[in-house]
Amino acid sequence: MIDQDLNNVEPLVYESKIGVPYYWWAGDTATRFLEAIRDKGELWGTRCPECGKVFVPPRKSCPRCFGQQTSWEKVGPGGTVVTYTVARKKREAIPEDVPVVFALIRLDGADTAMLHKIGGVDPDKVSTGMRVKPRFAEERKGHIRDIECFIPD
Amino acid sequence: MEKVAIVGVGMTKIEANKVSERFEDMVFEATRKALDDCGMDIKDVGNVITASNDFWDGRTISCMAVGDAQGVREKNASCTEGDGTFGAFYGMTRILSGAYPSTLVTGHSKGSESVSSLITNAVFDPIYERSLGVDMVTGCAMQARAYMEATGATAEDFARVSVKNHKNAMNNPLAQLPMDISVQDVLDSEMIADPLHKLDCSPVSDGACALILADEATAKKLAKKPVWLKGVSFCSDAYFLGDRDLAKSPSLEKAAQKAYAMAGISDPGKDIDVAQVYDAFSYQELMWLEGLGLADYGKAKDHLAAGDFDVSGALPVNTAGGLLSGHPVIAAGLYLMAEAVRQLRGEADNQVEGARTAVVQGVNGVAGQSHCVWVLSSE
Repeated sequence: MIDQDLNNVEPLVYESKIGVPYYWWAGDTATRFLEAIRDKGELWGTRCPECGKVFVPPRKSCPRCFGQQTSWEKVGPGGTVVTYTVARKKREAIPEDVPVVFALIRLDGADTAMLHKIGGVDPDKVSTGMRVKPRFAEERKGHIRDIECFIPD
Repeated sequence: MEKVAIVGVGMTKIEANKVSERFEDMVFEATRKALDDCGMDIKDVGNVITASNDFWDGRTISCMAVGDAQGVREKNASCTEGDGTFGAFYGMTRILSGAYPSTLVTGHSKGSESVSSLITNAVFDPIYERSLGVDMVTGCAMQARAYMEATGATAEDFARVSVKNHKNAMNNPLAQLPMDISVQDVLDSEMIADPLHKLDCSPVSDGACALILADEATAKKLAKKPVWLKGVSFCSDAYFLGDRDLAKSPSLEKAAQKAYAMAGISDPGKDIDVAQVYDAFSYQELMWLEGLGLADYGKAKDHLAAGDFDVSGALPVNTAGGLLSGHPVIAAGLYLMAEAVRQLRGEADNQVEGARTAVVQGVNGVAGQSHCVWVLSSE
């Protein structure tokens, strides 16, 4: 016999996880950007030949005018905070303890802002328009986190 | 353009954790309700569209797993990955192709089954951004700050959106978070990511919604008065947040202008009776209303404070409680369209007197990268 009334069911749960390895090749453009950070502590963007804008992070195609970006421009290392947030609650995607400050930072000479973190300062003292510069990791591996964070300049 | 109508709508209750229904069970319930709503038999449905996302479902090609619950056997079935408003667009174009008299469009998600922060972190570029730990909430919090600084909007202004929408939800039996709260309650709720408090953020939700679209000849034979698709457009912006001015939404402005032009609307503030907009976060309702041309830039907060967006106001917004009161992602835009349909039929829980034209807006991507705008009409 089985109970025909599904209102009496206490549902079961199956706990699992999808763990699939990925190998995201950075491609030639992002690789050149990350190598310059790793090897020289320099920041570079790409310029669109059509609209003349300098994009950081660099990429091959211009999101504004669809031009192919071929020339490189050195930018920064200083920059300006365009906007930011202080993550106060620990969210699963955040690898470290909170508070963490995420920000969009426009490097000097760039027309777009790059996403990164701000550190070395009381989160309550961060503001838009604030001048910042990168703090590089001691051991650099060719990864966006070779910039540990941006700190007040 | 040939006339296409929404003829049937069906929704599950939105809940924090639907333990008794799997995603296909929710879709079955919504589909059955939509068929019953218009008196249609599943065998008469011309084709089927699913709006779903494999990451949320935890299953690859998950649209193939809900087909049984949509009655797709021996039918043409296809899918879109983003918000349901975009799925409805696809459904409409299939009717306009002339190949199908009707389309069933369903959208579903069960936020409760995984971890929203990790799934929305995976929206970001894996080489340049993802390992920093940003997600939908922290990404949108940066937009909220940019909008505040550009317009002078305050945390109190944002809180008023939350107060209004949770209050509207009190008359909606399908809402997850009907609440009678104050501005102070929002400001006192936990700070998640400056300037967004917990009650500025939509909840994690489970739910499914179904719409049935039909051509004119089919629509006129069915049980309910058709709600006509008068205008629609969608428009995208750049992917990287730092490429955009986050305080503005030019892609929404463009989409709205095109949708209004198609619908023959020259003065949206005057011609639109009710609006359903994608309030995943409180501040977004203000931004999107301005992008839709329903308030001047930076002025939506003043209209809100004056009560213009209340159910009894000049332009009622998110009359069923919006997404702040329940946000099953992907299905969300279809819920907003379903509420617009109910308003235009005169059968809404918070009925706007004499509503004849509605605008609905859906979003794809982080911080409003892409927008879909619908103009619906009872005439």
